[in-house]
Amino acid sequence: MRYLISLVLSFWAALASAQNWEARALFGDPDAAQVLKVISSTDIDLFSSVAESFVAGREGVSVDYYVAGTADLDRILRQSPEKFDVAISSAMDLQFKLANDGFARVLEGIDYPAWAEWRRSVFAFTSEPAAIVVNRAAFAESGAPQTRQALIRALRETPERFRGKVGTYDVRQSGLGYLFATQDARTSETFWRLAEVMGNLDARLYCCSGDMIEDVAAGRLLVAYNVLGSYAQAREDLSDQIEIILPIDFQTVMMRTALVSARGPNPIVARDFMEHLLTLRDTTPTSAPALPMLDLDKPASEQSTIQLEPALLTYLDRLKAQRFLQEWADAIIQ
Amino acid sequence: MNDVVRSSASLRRRLTVVLIGGAAVLALVLYFGVRLYATQIAQQGQDNILKASVTTILDTAVIRDGTLEIDFPYAALAMLNTASDDRVFYAILQDGALVSGYDGLPQRDTAGSDAASWSAAYEGAEVRLTTAGRRLFTTDRETGITVTVAQTQDALSVTLAQISRNVALFGSGFFLLATALSFWATASTIGPLKRLTQSVTRRGPQDLSPVTKPVPAEMVPLVASLNSLMGRLEQSLTRSEDFIAEAAHRVRTPLATVRSHAETTLHRVDKEENRIALRAMIRAIDESSRAAGQLLDHAMTTFRADHLDRQEINLSELVADLVNRLEPVAEMKDIALVLDAQRRVDVSADPILVQNAIRNLIDNALKYSPAESDIKIIVAHTDHAFVSICDAGPGFPPDQMAGLVHRFARGKNAKGITGSGLGLTIAHDVAEAHNGSLHLSNRAGGGACVTLSL
Repeated sequence: MRYLISLVLSFWAALASAQNWEARALFGDPDAAQVLKVISSTDIDLFSSVAESFVAGREGVSVDYYVAGTADLDRILRQSPEKFDVAISSAMDLQFKLANDGFARVLEGIDYPAWAEWRRSVFAFTSEPAAIVVNRAAFAESGAPQTRQALIRALRETPERFRGKVGTYDVRQSGLGYLFATQDARTSETFWRLAEVMGNLDARLYCCSGDMIEDVAAGRLLVAYNVLGSYAQAREDLSDQIEIILPIDFQTVMMRTALVSARGPNPIVARDFMEHLLTLRDTTPTSAPALPMLDLDKPASEQSTIQLEPALLTYLDRLKAQRFLQEWADAIIQ
Repeated sequence: MNDVVRSSASLRRRLTVVLIGGAAVLALVLYFGVRLYATQIAQQGQDNILKASVTTILDTAVIRDGTLEIDFPYAALAMLNTASDDRVFYAILQDGALVSGYDGLPQRDTAGSDAASWSAAYEGAEVRLTTAGRRLFTTDRETGITVTVAQTQDALSVTLAQISRNVALFGSGFFLLATALSFWATASTIGPLKRLTQSVTRRGPQDLSPVTKPVPAEMVPLVASLNSLMGRLEQSLTRSEDFIAEAAHRVRTPLATVRSHAETTLHRVDKEENRIALRAMIRAIDESSRAAGQLLDHAMTTFRADHLDRQEINLSELVADLVNRLEPVAEMKDIALVLDAQRRVDVSADPILVQNAIRNLIDNALKYSPAESDIKIIVAHTDHAFVSICDAGPGFPPDQMAGLVHRFARGKNAKGITGSGLGLTIAHDVAEAHNGSLHLSNRAGGGACVTLSL
């Protein structure tokens, strides 16, 4: 008993000293000779099938899975790139910058479409649109808005109803939220008008899509803007309470990307893991993550996703970010 | 004759080497030249894009409320996307201090507002940098903004490798084509020279007529000199043959006169010693006359060999005729001429020359045969027509046999027997003129055999 307590204590001590993780899980044999360290922004339950199918066929290999927010993930990996083998994140711009700055290992010989990878070091594997998630009951009569314009009109018509009940990402905390917001702003001025309107309604700010979905389902929020549609889709248990809207005026579609840390401890297993991850859609559907996988067969020109290109660095520029965050804060926090 | 001509380097080889060498040099110049040019163009292309990116960023710089704002568009970096996913770095500096972007990016002073491009190492990679500056003014001060954009050169090296490969292929193709062309050019240049050589080589030994076929302009002087040389040679040969014939003729006539006088005198004198002296004289005159005759025969042979008067003749008849005429001479020496001839041996030959040759051969045989012996003469046609004359004389000295056909050559064992040494030469020349041969041999039981084949 005392032994067990000390073990638990030491575990907590070790964890606390390094980082406060959102979640952590170990797949496979805990005493395995090789432990692949994966740092990811993807929730464990959405990704467990991938890790389980990976360790299933491999003797002496286990996966240590750490979950962190996209911005934290970027910061941690930059501080200690030698501690992690694989980084999986939904913040494409941060992942791109990691690779551009030399934190990603170049994996030669992986057959992958050019538009879905960058420099053979960042590999995209999902296609996930930003969605508007609304409370089904609240829009039962009027019908849910299908465009941002319609959403703005609905919010303006009955502001009292929505006051304090609209939510979106806090782009200062969430890398993915920032990516969605900047891409929206780049595409249309509507984004700023919507931000203005949400600001007037005392919008609530969130770190993560999961929380927003929960709150919409519970009725604490009526509208959540720029939620990860894939997460909402995955919550089949809430499908009666929430409605997922992919706005028809324009869609911002993110690709979840994975990279191998250039200085990670297990480069060979890491490469193995990447190959496993990138060929999942060809193998058994059950081992694929509960996420919409990228359609690699569709030509690049028909892909509506955010492109993996140097322009992703634009909004990570200090001056640009400062200006954008200032404008965003001016609009949404009033 | 050939071994006397010393050969310097082959014209064909020299021409081929010069042409192929030239083609190789040209191909190399082409390869390096085009590659250098392509490198410059490709580098210029990258520099232009970098410059456009720098300018786009620089244009958005404004001072608002005393602080610098640079709200550069998405396109400023999007334009740097390459097929090889080159890494991109940038730095924005205000008065030399980093405001945004990558720290430690190499910097360079720009003269005025012109953009400058150069290569340097950054972050463990070779990068191409472009930098440009701009001055901004506020109410109270002036500030300098510098924007530097850098990009790795992976796409550029891929492009260059591709260009190099294509240029190398192109250069090799050019070289191969030039090599084939140079072989062709060499062959067509050497061709007339070869044809001239062949036409001169194919000529008969006595053919000294000038070359009349057209030759390339460059060879005209050589052929002209050759023609003039052959002309002079022919003239001098003709002159000397004429001279010999003339001399022999002039000698023979007075000799005949002297001989008849000597014979007349011989009948008149009774003193034995005088008769002996006169007989010796007559023999000497005969000998001289014979030699002059042979010289005439030889001159005629040489002359007629150039202008053969071929006729269809029956060789058996011709030989039989000769044997008849020589029979009295043979009888005087108690020698029997035994003719063994096929009825018809038809040949196409100059009858006068053939007659000359065979008369000389029989003459020789008579000279060397001892008294009361046979001379066998065979005329037959096997795979070619031949006349064989065999005597019972001392035979040819075996070690001299090959040289006996030369002018004035005589066997070692011919001492005491008068002769000019022209008989075999005449027969030999006649055989040659008819593309035949003269074969000398010794009989097993003693005696010489001469076979004239036509």
